[in-house]
Amino acid sequence: MKARVKFLVGGVMVLGTAGYLMASSIDETAQYYLTPTELATKVSNNPRFAKTGVKVGARVVSGTIVREPSGTSLSFKMTDGAQVYNVVYRGIAPDTFTDGVDVVVEGRLDANGTFQATTLLAKCASRYENAPDKYQQTPGYKGAAAPRA
Amino acid sequence: MILIGELSLWVALLMAAWTTTVSFSGGMQGRQDLIKSGERAMYATFAFTLLASLGIWTALFSHDFSIKFVASYTSINLPKIYTFTAFWAGQAGSMLFWALILTMYAAIAVASNRNANRVLMPWVTGTLGVISLFFLMTLAFGANPYERLDWTPVDGRGMNPQLQNPGMAIHPPMLYLGLVATAVPFAFAIGALIARKLDTEWLGAVRRWALVSWFFLTIGIVLGMWWAYVELGWSGYWAWDAVENSSFLPWLTGTAFLHSIMIQEKRGMLRKWNVTLVVVTFLLSILGTFITRSGIIESVHAFAQSPVGNWFLGFLIFATTATVFLVSTRLNDMEAKAELESMVSREAAFLYNNLVLVGICFATLWGTLFPILSEAVKGEKMNVGPPFFNTVNGPLGLLLLALTGIGPLIAWRRASVENLRRQFIFPVSAGITVLIVLVALGMREWYALVSYTLAGFVMGTIVQEYAKGIGARRRMYSEGFFAAALRLIGRNRRRYGGYIVHFGVVVLFCAFAGLVFKKDVAATIKTGETLKAIDAYGHEWAFTSQGISKFEELNRKVVAVTFAVTKDGKSMGLLSSQKRQHVDSRGEPTFEASTEVGILESLKQDVYLVFAGALDKDTASVHINFNPLVWWVWFGGIMMAFGGIVVMWPQAQRAERESGYVTQLPAAREPALAGV
Repeated sequence: MKARVKFLVGGVMVLGTAGYLMASSIDETAQYYLTPTELATKVSNNPRFAKTGVKVGARVVSGTIVREPSGTSLSFKMTDGAQVYNVVYRGIAPDTFTDGVDVVVEGRLDANGTFQATTLLAKCASRYENAPDKYQQTPGYKGAAAPRA
Repeated sequence: MILIGELSLWVALLMAAWTTTVSFSGGMQGRQDLIKSGERAMYATFAFTLLASLGIWTALFSHDFSIKFVASYTSINLPKIYTFTAFWAGQAGSMLFWALILTMYAAIAVASNRNANRVLMPWVTGTLGVISLFFLMTLAFGANPYERLDWTPVDGRGMNPQLQNPGMAIHPPMLYLGLVATAVPFAFAIGALIARKLDTEWLGAVRRWALVSWFFLTIGIVLGMWWAYVELGWSGYWAWDAVENSSFLPWLTGTAFLHSIMIQEKRGMLRKWNVTLVVVTFLLSILGTFITRSGIIESVHAFAQSPVGNWFLGFLIFATTATVFLVSTRLNDMEAKAELESMVSREAAFLYNNLVLVGICFATLWGTLFPILSEAVKGEKMNVGPPFFNTVNGPLGLLLLALTGIGPLIAWRRASVENLRRQFIFPVSAGITVLIVLVALGMREWYALVSYTLAGFVMGTIVQEYAKGIGARRRMYSEGFFAAALRLIGRNRRRYGGYIVHFGVVVLFCAFAGLVFKKDVAATIKTGETLKAIDAYGHEWAFTSQGISKFEELNRKVVAVTFAVTKDGKSMGLLSSQKRQHVDSRGEPTFEASTEVGILESLKQDVYLVFAGALDKDTASVHINFNPLVWWVWFGGIMMAFGGIVVMWPQAQRAERESGYVTQLPAAREPALAGV
């Protein structure tokens, strides 16, 4: 057998293994990435879906954040404008987590329909910018009242 | 100066357009005057981009808040150093920074080839012109850093506290220096394709650029890990986040290229493959920028969503189409000059190395783009997380580590049984010894055991290679040990510098494997109380709370918790973690409070303290992590960078280096050691 052929056989084995690992671990680790509305639809179509671990992207409803003083647990409401879920998260919230930000939570619904989150990611519109439009609300800025399109 | 800068941006744009036009038409008609004009225009593009950048720096330092970019990312009380680095803190500025580096590289490439590679240069200059033109157009029309506000705020919004960190000050420039440097080899590949000059010559011109790119990417990635580790407070340094991945992808293909280039130099094989790697590396760095800028993939790093994403997508499609066309019409010019002769040869080991690197790259790309792919195919957005990347890339990474040890041991073309026996006996014994010792010490985690065994094997290879080289020099020139070691490296930087890089890789793998033994403790603790914990090494730690303090410094208000730490009863000093609330020049809070972790660093492990919050004035809630071997991640990164410098350092005898085929030293007696 020529070396080239042998090499190709070896290569196919390496890539095959990699491919197998990819395929099998995608099945095991891939998660649905849903909006609250999509989650609600899936659960009403198939109640057992509530037990599936999912990722949900939504916005924090302003004023609903309740932080445990210890800083290790908190609850809030999240929404995509239509469906609202209560969320309980045990862990340290990221520094960027605050009212009105977009969050990505990972976890599952419990029996009461509360979303038990195991991870919580928070996103600013731009993480590297301060709260957008903050100048307009802050007194002391010249022309702060000037309306912006 | 600001006005000059703003105008310069437009002049640079025109200059880039001129470079492109005259270089290509000069190349097509073979007119030297046009080619020269294109090269001068490339210098001018750089000069005006530099002026545009100086204009932004002037605006930043003069606090001209009528400019949106300045108002968005700085404030009057921002420390000077971060006012300087604010240049690349936001979208528009970092794009200008890209363009600045790109045109600088382009000018250097043009200048250093003014008497070399003359057949290729018109196309190279033209291609660099196209890329510069693209960036400058994106800047002028998509994300102009000179965009004005319609009023002038008294103070700017300030910089995100998480970016006020030395690592963040240097990490982006390093990454950009690395990503942008892939453009030069790409331009040479395009030039070689257009001119149909696909021999080894163009490779000589791009090897150093590929190294420069690899070097800066390596530093940039490791600095990014360091920043994430000390600043983000999640006690890890790599999360397989889309943005992290997008800097890792071109690094992988770039590394593959640096290895496969040797096969083409020595054996004339892999010509198509090398062109492909160079092109793909560039396209991946553009793709990475697209992912980062467009917000198309969920990432904690995401910049503001902006039209810039579409510009990048357009350019990506254009560049891919053009390259696929060029490569497919020139396949005949890239036939290999030699065939693989044996599976037991260095060529085969290198080919597998390439295969694995590209495999890791593909798996990472697949996982990163999976949300888009699954939505396109199944109509449902699915996500994969770190478990996916770890399951796939873990075994592939270990295979790569094994190849790092095997490659240097096998002879080119065909290795004899005798060669194999002689070369492998020491490294294999080294690996097995490590395994036996660790099992005897009670380690049972298979992933760590495999890692450390392979690490022992690769270290065996490196030590043996150095020992042989140094021994030969001592015999032939009767030099002392250190003189022989230094001269050995000096005379063959590429090879022995490469081994230093390999050493860094081994160290990194050992450090990664250490994470298997990570331990976490969470507690709520009052002043004076003591928290006890046992680490992975069996040491007993005690943390006694010294209380919570409040104070102000620089541009922030700080709440801090401090612990007196003892290990096995011996005092290790104080460890403190802070919550920082940054304020603007009027004392009003800006941004969310940020956490400053406390790290007690040692060679064995980091003790990593996160202050979660204060319940009352005496009670603090904290997380403490024992992260084994983290220090070695930074050390491994430094060794890789150092090895990179050794390889890049100009060789004294240029004539010898250029050929790259044979080096004098022990090569005559030992073909397996011929210079790589």
